[in-house]
Amino acid sequence: MQSDKTANPASTRSLNPNQWVINYADYLYRYAIVRINQEEQCRDLVQETFLAALEKADQFEGRSTEKTWLTAILRNKIIDLYRKKSSGLAPKDEVRHHEVLQEDFFDAENGHWNVEHQPKAFAAQPDEVIQNREFNHILQMCMKKLPALWFAVFSMKHMDEEQTEVICTELKLSHSNFWVIIHRAKLSLRACLEKNWI
Amino acid sequence: MNTFTKIIYNCRKATFLIEKKQFSPLSTREKLELNLHLAGCSVCRLFQQQSLLINQWIKKRFPSQGNAEVYLDENFKEKLQQRINQEMNKN
Repeated sequence: MQSDKTANPASTRSLNPNQWVINYADYLYRYAIVRINQEEQCRDLVQETFLAALEKADQFEGRSTEKTWLTAILRNKIIDLYRKKSSGLAPKDEVRHHEVLQEDFFDAENGHWNVEHQPKAFAAQPDEVIQNREFNHILQMCMKKLPALWFAVFSMKHMDEEQTEVICTELKLSHSNFWVIIHRAKLSLRACLEKNWI
Repeated sequence: MNTFTKIIYNCRKATFLIEKKQFSPLSTREKLELNLHLAGCSVCRLFQQQSLLINQWIKKRFPSQGNAEVYLDENFKEKLQQRINQEMNKN
């Protein structure tokens, strides 16, 4: 039968924890580091992902690849961490601090840019910029400066292109709050880039 | 000033719509407001241009699969595999 070789590919999908580190550790770490931006925490997340995966190995049905399955476990852990980082008093103060900074961006009365905060033309050419190590460092630093909740929303939307609905549910946000954060995160990020680079 | 003219001069609102537009279609009214605003406001036109540029930079520097040049250190990986093996032997 011609279809024999391709029949039921799921049956060939089993877990192979002996090879997990060599096959997926770097991949999972890279996935985490662009979303969490802290090496120590990302190493922990990779370890926790493998250990959690072992614990629920019996739930693996072979419908996805091992890699997809492990990534889904890691993703959930990242979102748990986003929630943890953005709840409580200190994170709320952090958000408030950034909101106060932004009050200066626009005239309170008419919403017009205040002169000293008006965007100015970027001096460096966009193509040069992206090759530049120092610029990359600044971009990373400016992302890190965002309040945890803003970073979470921003990265889920911009990097993962996640549905707005999903982000709102997972981070327990209203839609209007979501759009406010998308807006504020970009205002902060742009201002930080201008201040430190251009 | 009626609300309509207010919005034409409101950069806070305009930048909000610029960000929203990147991910979600605006209503007809919002589109009209934003276009009227941008026609008369070079600062917000610049903001829009920079905002889109920043999105591109982020896509490049923070790709969803991570950067290929980043590695975990070998020592950590070795210990991690040992730990996994231990846990497997428990069962």
